[in-house]
Amino acid sequence: MLQMTHISKVFRTDLVQTHALRDFSLNVKEGEFVAVTGPSGSGKTTFLNIAGLLETFDTGTYLLDGKDVSHLSDDSRSRLRNEKIGFIFQGFNLIPDLSVFDNVDVPLRYRGFDGKERRRRIEGALEQVGLASRAKHLPSQLSGGQQQRVAIARALAGTPRILFADEPTGNLDSLMARQVLEMLEEINSSGTTIVMVTHDPELARRAHRNIHVMDGQVSDFTDFSQASAARDALAA
Amino acid sequence: MLAHNLFLAWKSLRKNPVLSLLMIGAIGMGIGVCMTTLTVYTLMSNNPIPQKSDVLYAVQLDSWDPNEAWGEPNLPPSQLNWRDTQALLKSDIPKRQVAMFRSGFAVQEPSNKLPAFIAEARVTTRDFFEMFDVPFIYGGGWDAPADRDQQQLVVLTKKTNDKVFGGTDSVGKTLKLDDREFRVVGVTEDWKPTPKFYDLNNGSFAKPEELYVPFGLIEPLQLKSFGNTNGWKPEQINSFQDFLNAEEIWLQYWAELPDTKTREAYQAFIDQYVREQKKLGRYPRPLNNRLTNVVDWMKVNEVVTEDAKVLLGLSFLFLAVCLLNIVGLLLSKFLGKSGETALRRALGATRLQIMQKNLVEVGLIGLLGGVLGLLLALAGLQGVKQLYRNYEKLVQLNGELLLVALGIALVSSLIAGLYPAWRAARLAPAGLLKTQ
Repeated sequence: MLQMTHISKVFRTDLVQTHALRDFSLNVKEGEFVAVTGPSGSGKTTFLNIAGLLETFDTGTYLLDGKDVSHLSDDSRSRLRNEKIGFIFQGFNLIPDLSVFDNVDVPLRYRGFDGKERRRRIEGALEQVGLASRAKHLPSQLSGGQQQRVAIARALAGTPRILFADEPTGNLDSLMARQVLEMLEEINSSGTTIVMVTHDPELARRAHRNIHVMDGQVSDFTDFSQASAARDALAA
Repeated sequence: MLAHNLFLAWKSLRKNPVLSLLMIGAIGMGIGVCMTTLTVYTLMSNNPIPQKSDVLYAVQLDSWDPNEAWGEPNLPPSQLNWRDTQALLKSDIPKRQVAMFRSGFAVQEPSNKLPAFIAEARVTTRDFFEMFDVPFIYGGGWDAPADRDQQQLVVLTKKTNDKVFGGTDSVGKTLKLDDREFRVVGVTEDWKPTPKFYDLNNGSFAKPEELYVPFGLIEPLQLKSFGNTNGWKPEQINSFQDFLNAEEIWLQYWAELPDTKTREAYQAFIDQYVREQKKLGRYPRPLNNRLTNVVDWMKVNEVVTEDAKVLLGLSFLFLAVCLLNIVGLLLSKFLGKSGETALRRALGATRLQIMQKNLVEVGLIGLLGGVLGLLLALAGLQGVKQLYRNYEKLVQLNGELLLVALGIALVSSLIAGLYPAWRAARLAPAGLLKTQ
């Protein structure tokens, strides 16, 4: 699904060059739930921005869903983001003066769906996150957990192939964080690939695989699905 | 998508009403000032008789002072004297021709119920009505013999007919002008060519006279001019006949020359006439007779004043200053919403779609500014009306000018919004999403 090979990204100012990613390689299979961890400044967010086609990179190759996206135009990347990628952010990133319904509608309008199709998808996505009755509410009228669920509905409405989540529970209390995480696991179990950046080791442990990033490089892999399978075998 | 962008634009304007009002106000001010001056300018430079403006010619004969031209550069006088007018009227080259001047009468309606009033009158040959396409409600102009036979006939304007005869068909009825009985032969519609091209000597935007009487009555009734009379040499004038025989100029003269051949023939005719007059000791200046069509006539007479042109230029400069301010305000607005823009980009909006969204908002601001500008323009035109009574006719916005105002507001605001919209669309979304 996501295949990065020898990706590097350097941020330059007049005085300083910062190597955000260096020789970064990663392969995420379809249907995987991958957690990306690492200390602040390690390159997690740069990785997520490049993976989500929000940022270009300097060298290396990147295949997304089998398509080489290394040299795509800005418009093409926008279209790919719209069609294949869903985003969930730490700060929810809802548009405050639009209703829940209209927030979920945003990416669908850019996709060019007609009104009927958009309504069907919005209602379906809100139903899925349990907020169908709040469609007319403004984000400010919802709790943090509900706002994040709206953001998830917005990401799901376009039926993306891959979901990028950047600290999706960072602004939530533990109860709401658990609900959101369960929702992500449910989404993943239905086949959507998820790549989640997080500081929280507990959260990372819930993923199939944990990738630790340090100094712009992948420093460690932990395959929880295999460990879990081994544990299951021992118990048996 | 346009409807959705309009919906978003409206929400955005309401979200920050002070900034929105500032921008709408700035455009409104610019458009208001522009439309006030543009309305006056457009109507000043209006072609008052477009269907005939290229076949109607003001006739000028250079009978002026040998030492100094009547006007620069070497312009012949804009009016004729009585003797020359009488000679020109004998020509049958023009399809129609008019000699005329502005005069006035004390008008008394037949029943004597209303007090007498002074009315401005145009004393003219009969072709005036057909030549200038004057529309009639009742009757028409007088016949050719009336100009010769000194018949006391009158054509009333609608306003005068309303005043004297209560708007009824007054053809055949009589009224008194300076205590003499005149028979009504026609009543014109409310005809107000703007500018009043056929007599620019007495105010380019003056109202048409309130009644018309035959030119043939000048001598018997000793009709005096209420307009400009000019002379260049001292002359002994002791009687009305002396005045008619003098070189004093006070009559406007127009000829309808439907084609080049007729115009050339008429030019040759007036040149030949002046050559003959030179032999009699008149016309001391070199031959300089002119036939000038309506549009050129208004240019020669500077109907559109230099002041009006300068004001128009200044008003557009003012609009430009307003727009420059708006560029700054829009930049601040769009960059202030960079988080939302980044989010939309992340969700799949292309740069063009972001630009479109922002430009729709700019367009809406422009249109609202245009509406405000129209209201300000109406107020401005009322101010012009109060200051310059002669411009009373100019101070009205027609449908075409309304559309022009909204068009200018829309286009100028879109131009002003191009750079801010482009800047906002170029923002890199990655760095802004965290701060949204």
